[in-house]
Amino acid sequence: MQPVCPLSAIPRGEAFRWDVEPPVAIFHTEDGEVFAIDDTCTHQDASLADGWLEGCEVECPLHASRFDLRTGKVDAPPAKKPVRTHGVEVIDGVVHVGLSDEEPNLPPSMATNNEAK
Amino acid sequence: MKRTIAIVGASLAGLSAARALRDQSYDGTIIAIGAERHEPYDRPPLSKDFLTGAMAAADLALGAPDEDLDVQWRLGVPAVRLSAADRSITLADGDEIRVDGVIVATGSRARPLPGTGGLEGVHTLRTLDDAIALRSDLTAGRRLVVIGAGFIGAEVASSARSLDLDVTVVEALPTPLAGALGVEMGAICAGLHADHGVRLLTGVGVARLAGSSRVEAVELADGTRLPADVVVVGIGAQPNVEWLANSGLEIAGGVVTDATGATNLPGVVATGDCAVSYRPYTGASVRNEHWTHALEHPATAVATLLGSATAPRRPGSDVPYFWSDQYGVRIQFAGHREEGDPVRVVEGDPDQRSFLAVYERDGRPVAVLGLNQPRLFTRWRRQLRTPDQAALSAS
Repeated sequence: MQPVCPLSAIPRGEAFRWDVEPPVAIFHTEDGEVFAIDDTCTHQDASLADGWLEGCEVECPLHASRFDLRTGKVDAPPAKKPVRTHGVEVIDGVVHVGLSDEEPNLPPSMATNNEAK
Repeated sequence: MKRTIAIVGASLAGLSAARALRDQSYDGTIIAIGAERHEPYDRPPLSKDFLTGAMAAADLALGAPDEDLDVQWRLGVPAVRLSAADRSITLADGDEIRVDGVIVATGSRARPLPGTGGLEGVHTLRTLDDAIALRSDLTAGRRLVVIGAGFIGAEVASSARSLDLDVTVVEALPTPLAGALGVEMGAICAGLHADHGVRLLTGVGVARLAGSSRVEAVELADGTRLPADVVVVGIGAQPNVEWLANSGLEIAGGVVTDATGATNLPGVVATGDCAVSYRPYTGASVRNEHWTHALEHPATAVATLLGSATAPRRPGSDVPYFWSDQYGVRIQFAGHREEGDPVRVVEGDPDQRSFLAVYERDGRPVAVLGLNQPRLFTRWRRQLRTPDQAALSAS
């Protein structure tokens, strides 16, 4: 688990984009729960931290794919693959994240770019 | 006996209709008829990541590998006739299919420039096959002339520039995108071309294309001659509705439907690009060519066809939305602007190509435009509501 930011820095209903590689989105729901998922939509390059949070679901700001924050699963297309979920703990008011060791499902355009590098 | 529903059109709207049929517990036969040979694929990347090579054809598939919709696909064979009397569909290969319900989702096609057929090196861009052909023509150092500075034209220009072509864009209107975004914001977006070394000529029409077997130049109405190795015509789209002539369906610039996709014929609904549908947010019947409409509206049309009650649409889902990616700038627009709606920049700086602008009518926001402002844009987009919904939530 790594410390990321104070929970007070993420108001309820908002998200924080953590610039690791690949980036991680940390959501603070209206109900006060905290979730961390991969920030990049698996469909095309868009930041889910910029998306719309509703309950335990985030809608991609670009093409309206929806992901379940608890499982990472796709609730609505066009995305086909889930995002990874990461472990989260709030310790003394600080959000700690334990990164998943699974392979991320990056969108095809980014996966290609990465191979070319 | 099992019922049979035909979906005519196998792109985003057709696939969304198939998903909606199964979501809404329809367990009969589904036949999906597509003019193209490909399974449903995503068109937006065709002018962007697919052209530049960042995405391959396989990456465009819309269907998920583990998705089982139990659909009988009839691909590569367009429908040529709908008979309302016995509800039958005739295919180009002569097959006739009798069905109980029809979802018309035949989409639209690129509008050709009259008199430009037959010349090599002249392209339109609508289908995967179009994009494959264009991609093979976009080699570094070549001179590309794009006719039409709409979204497709601008995206092709952007992609070609990144492939090191010499690019000129010609637009008949004085200001590109003025219809969609208004003159002020259209001019700002058009400025992206010059930012990236692409020439933009506005307010001038095309007289003719010169060349014997392959295109050699684009000749403009003012006498200018633009030498060209490749030409892309991006002057809009027209609905694929000719096959419905004599079907009894009301056609007026598309298949006429109400907001729910119902046509004047029982058992026949229409959705996506081919339909002219009443849209509460816009307050008028429009033919909507936006991707998001083709993603979301089929569920409504399917509910109309099945007579099923569906979950109420989410607030704001009626608000038109589209996006465009050009020169690394993400352009997003939601709502509906009319001539004369004042627009003001509420965040960021147009000169930095990062800002948010709001269009107002009677002091109320009716549309929002963002350049590289996805988070702020989403917030504003969510505030847009049809007048009735706004009144309801206020009371």
